[in-house]
Amino acid sequence: MADINPLLPVSSSDGSSNLTGQATCRRPIKVVVSIFFGLLTLGLFAALLIRNNGPVDYVDVHENERGSLASTAFEKAENLKPVSRGPAAGVSEKSNWAFGGDLPDYPWNNSMLSWQRTAFHFQPEKNWMNDPNGPLFYKGWYHFFYQYNPNAPVWGDIVWGHAVSKDLIHWLHLPLAMVADQWYDKNGVWTGSATILHDGKIIMLYTGSTTEGVQVQNLAYPADQYDPLLVHWVKYPRNPVLVPPPGIGPNDFRDPTTAWLTSEGKWRITIGSKINKTGIALVYDTKDFINYEMLDGLLHAVPGTGMWECVDFFPVSETENNGLETSINGHGIKHVVKASLDDDRHDYYAIGTYNDRNGTWIPDRPNIDVGIGLRYDYGIYYAAKTFYDQNKKRRVLWGWIGESDSEAADVKKGWASVQSIPRTILFDKKTGTHLLQWPVEEIDSLRLKGKEFNQVRIQAGSVVPLDIDSATQLDIIAEFKIDSDALDKATGSSDASFDCVTSGGAAERGALGPFGLLVLADERLSEQTPVYFYMTKGSDGNLKTFFCNDQSRSSKASDVDKHIYGSLVPVLRGENLSIRILVDHSIIESFGQGGRTVITSRVYPTKAIHGAAKVFLFNNATELNVTASLKTWQMNSAFIQPYPNL
Amino acid sequence: MKILIVIIFAFLVCQANAFRPILLLGNQNLIERTCKQTPFYDLCIWSLKSNPESRDASVKKLAQIMVDSLKTKATETLDLIDELLQDGLALDPEMQKALTSCAERYNVIIRADVPEINEALKTGDYKFAAKGANDAAIEANSCEIEFPTKSPLTDMNKVVHDVSVVAASIVKIIQTKFSF
Repeated sequence: MADINPLLPVSSSDGSSNLTGQATCRRPIKVVVSIFFGLLTLGLFAALLIRNNGPVDYVDVHENERGSLASTAFEKAENLKPVSRGPAAGVSEKSNWAFGGDLPDYPWNNSMLSWQRTAFHFQPEKNWMNDPNGPLFYKGWYHFFYQYNPNAPVWGDIVWGHAVSKDLIHWLHLPLAMVADQWYDKNGVWTGSATILHDGKIIMLYTGSTTEGVQVQNLAYPADQYDPLLVHWVKYPRNPVLVPPPGIGPNDFRDPTTAWLTSEGKWRITIGSKINKTGIALVYDTKDFINYEMLDGLLHAVPGTGMWECVDFFPVSETENNGLETSINGHGIKHVVKASLDDDRHDYYAIGTYNDRNGTWIPDRPNIDVGIGLRYDYGIYYAAKTFYDQNKKRRVLWGWIGESDSEAADVKKGWASVQSIPRTILFDKKTGTHLLQWPVEEIDSLRLKGKEFNQVRIQAGSVVPLDIDSATQLDIIAEFKIDSDALDKATGSSDASFDCVTSGGAAERGALGPFGLLVLADERLSEQTPVYFYMTKGSDGNLKTFFCNDQSRSSKASDVDKHIYGSLVPVLRGENLSIRILVDHSIIESFGQGGRTVITSRVYPTKAIHGAAKVFLFNNATELNVTASLKTWQMNSAFIQPYPNL
Repeated sequence: MKILIVIIFAFLVCQANAFRPILLLGNQNLIERTCKQTPFYDLCIWSLKSNPESRDASVKKLAQIMVDSLKTKATETLDLIDELLQDGLALDPEMQKALTSCAERYNVIIRADVPEINEALKTGDYKFAAKGANDAAIEANSCEIEFPTKSPLTDMNKVVHDVSVVAASIVKIIQTKFSF
């Protein structure tokens, strides 16, 4: 018999079994072969399809569009609506995109630019600054370190600047504490925190950007612990002590915190990071700050919040009016987790409960969890960091205030960024949901001439000038009384969707707002920065109060931020509305309801500067008369300067 | 059974070969997907594809290519401004003032913004890349509105502005979508 399928093995000579055997062998092979060819055809067919629908060939595009670059690009571009920057770093859409529209009648001149420099906020003599680093109190001095570019007024070439003060206000500049002189911080000596050990010694943990651009954690300590000025610093010879763990990106691992003690007597730190779009806080335990064990769990994580920078973790007392050392735990104590969100450049905090055994933390109110709830500050404020001031038993908060003008102006004036006035942080016992921030009491020592205004009546739709002399370095504490009748009579609206940011600012008149103060305003009000309350009444009769800061008419210049900042501020029954404002040239820090809601803004007027700057009370509400009582003080300079004779 | 496994393995190898052209063109997909998320699609496509380094580029590299394009366009604009300023007496004072101010702004783009963006991209602190790119757009726009009447730089200012906006958009993509 001829062999039908030459591929098959030669069958045995046994008759019946042969037949069966051959049949059994042939069928699976036929099936397999047809499956194979079928799949191959399918695959090739699919490949062909994808190829045809795919992008145009590289070469074609190049040839077609090269010659007509300009016109093609512009035609298409003009059909698309130009996009403004996001709220945090943007310039108002309305003022910016009129090519040939708004004509500025100023260029930035030296008078305007030099006026912008602050008198009593911390800033280096020139160039760029960002995050506060390693704040601490040691041997009678407050120390402040900061991210610094020694070469330009923009971010880059980052090293650690250093200054000291006896009172958190009068600062003296010291030499750079750490520079980028090792492979593990060659591309940046980035943010870090100080821990004071049992024996009083200090260690610093900070992030370095390596020669390859990888983020690692490094250990450093004072060269001489007997030097109260802590001028010189030494880096641990076998840095880095931590590198990104598996699953964490080389660019997602930075800003180690101050350490706190666990119940087992180990030191514990947390470092912010992210996994996909979830912001997380990693936890490490250590005994010597050299060897670490990473905990399996995270301190906390919140989906959708993106990279967590400058994480901070600290206890607050629910009952006492003092700060707590970072390791304190127990009854009547809550813990705060704070993160700076890289995605929106805002600082968020949440209050919750810490579990020491497994190194986790849960928010009291998950609906206002870290990154989706409360902010330290609703204006320009980022990379904030607290430290425990054992000198006065308070927890003190530092925050970086960037510029909101153009970098061309920064280059021209030769500097960029200031720090906020340090603030004490306390748990707000009255609301139970907020932290209270307030400028440290030492700022009061800068107050010079004061003036008091009692029961100034501001009718609906009016502006009242305040007769004070100079208005560029001021401390203002104001209280506003409202007719409770007017509040009751006001009709509630079901359209309770007011938001400072999306509102029309102080020019948008409502029944119960806006009213407050106009600072850095010129006499004709051609430039003005309103800081104000805006109340709304819901259809259920419930009142809501908003605290806002409106930059939309703060300057005639077109290349500065014109957004409106602000948020809800809780107001409890029986409370008057109160504002404190620190005006210091181009920075305004405003505190609503004792620091429950805080707004910091940078303002760059072209006219309302030097002697032309004035302050007004205003009431732009339609159905409300307001009575204001306030105290204003001229503020002295803090004379921040280099440490003498060093 | 064994033969089945061998066949399927052979099938997979064949499929890989069939798909190889797609693997090469895979990065075209990335460029298209990236540019679709910017407000100036055509400009984005052209700027990236006209640079051969975009061939195997990651999104981070695409951002760097865009910044190179920004630097090139800004330098061309500054060269033109310098040329115009050399007319000297032929210029009316307002035009002179505007051009001088523009020169300052373009110097900032080239000497401050671009290095800031590049360092930020290299070290992964992307918010400063966004800051530099956003600022370049502001500088270009601010230059344009300095001219009281007709601006001699409209087209170039628009290119620089739009390229900056595209760069900022790509940085945003890196920040929000990628870990590495």
